[in-house]
Amino acid sequence: MSIGLTHYLVLAAILFSLGIFGIITRKNAVLVLMGLELVLNSANINFIAFAKFGGLNIQGHVAAIFVIILAAAEVAVALAIVLNIYQNYRHVNIDEVDKLKE
Amino acid sequence: MDIFSIVFYLFAVIIVVSAAIVVMSKNIMYSAFSLLFTFFGVAGIYVLLNADFIAVTQIMIYIGGILILIIFGVMLTSRITGVDIKSGTTGKVQIAFAGVISLVIAITLIFLFANTKWFTSELKPHQSTIEDIGKELLTNYLLAFEVASVLLLIAIIGAAFIARRKS
Repeated sequence: MSIGLTHYLVLAAILFSLGIFGIITRKNAVLVLMGLELVLNSANINFIAFAKFGGLNIQGHVAAIFVIILAAAEVAVALAIVLNIYQNYRHVNIDEVDKLKE
Repeated sequence: MDIFSIVFYLFAVIIVVSAAIVVMSKNIMYSAFSLLFTFFGVAGIYVLLNADFIAVTQIMIYIGGILILIIFGVMLTSRITGVDIKSGTTGKVQIAFAGVISLVIAITLIFLFANTKWFTSELKPHQSTIEDIGKELLTNYLLAFEVASVLLLIAIIGAAFIARRKS
């Protein structure tokens, strides 16, 4: 059986669920960001897979480029926020950062 | 089994194993470094999918930029000498619950992907995608391209403004 569209989609599904697992279970904000990167990468694999097999062609590549751009912008701002949290709390456990609730 | 399948399964195993290490490792530095292998594996998958420009972009931006930022974030927010380098997960019940949730998501997605009759066009002969991507970005996606550049500028300014130490 040669490698077809389904193989790539299943790989992306596994990567996506691993990323979701990381986002749910981790306390450390940086590790939550890593899980987010896994999710974005799995979405990108789907875009490129459909670009090759589904006739999406170059539009799929352009969508993947915009996903990468958004990931870069997101991680820069998110890490700045994480650094700021660390300066205030001396830790980055996101379940203990609840000052807005009080 | 031809060489293409072997390479695909090699990259797939690299991706899945290192992603599992990312989400399960106790040591946050191990997570950051196995994220490197995940990104490399995804770049290899892009090469197998004839996406040469995206593969190079993946290596340059994800590995050269985002991963470096994340490692900086790890080093600046963890006390290396203390016990806080441990990533700190939630309790056992929550982990089991999250495992069930993500397993259900994975099974549902795989079931959907395997049973849907996807529209597939015939494969085109491989050619370089860089010229086509450049033309698309500067014609059909020109507005999105410009907005993305403004977004990156705002992200840079915002990140520098938020992260700076208040005097």
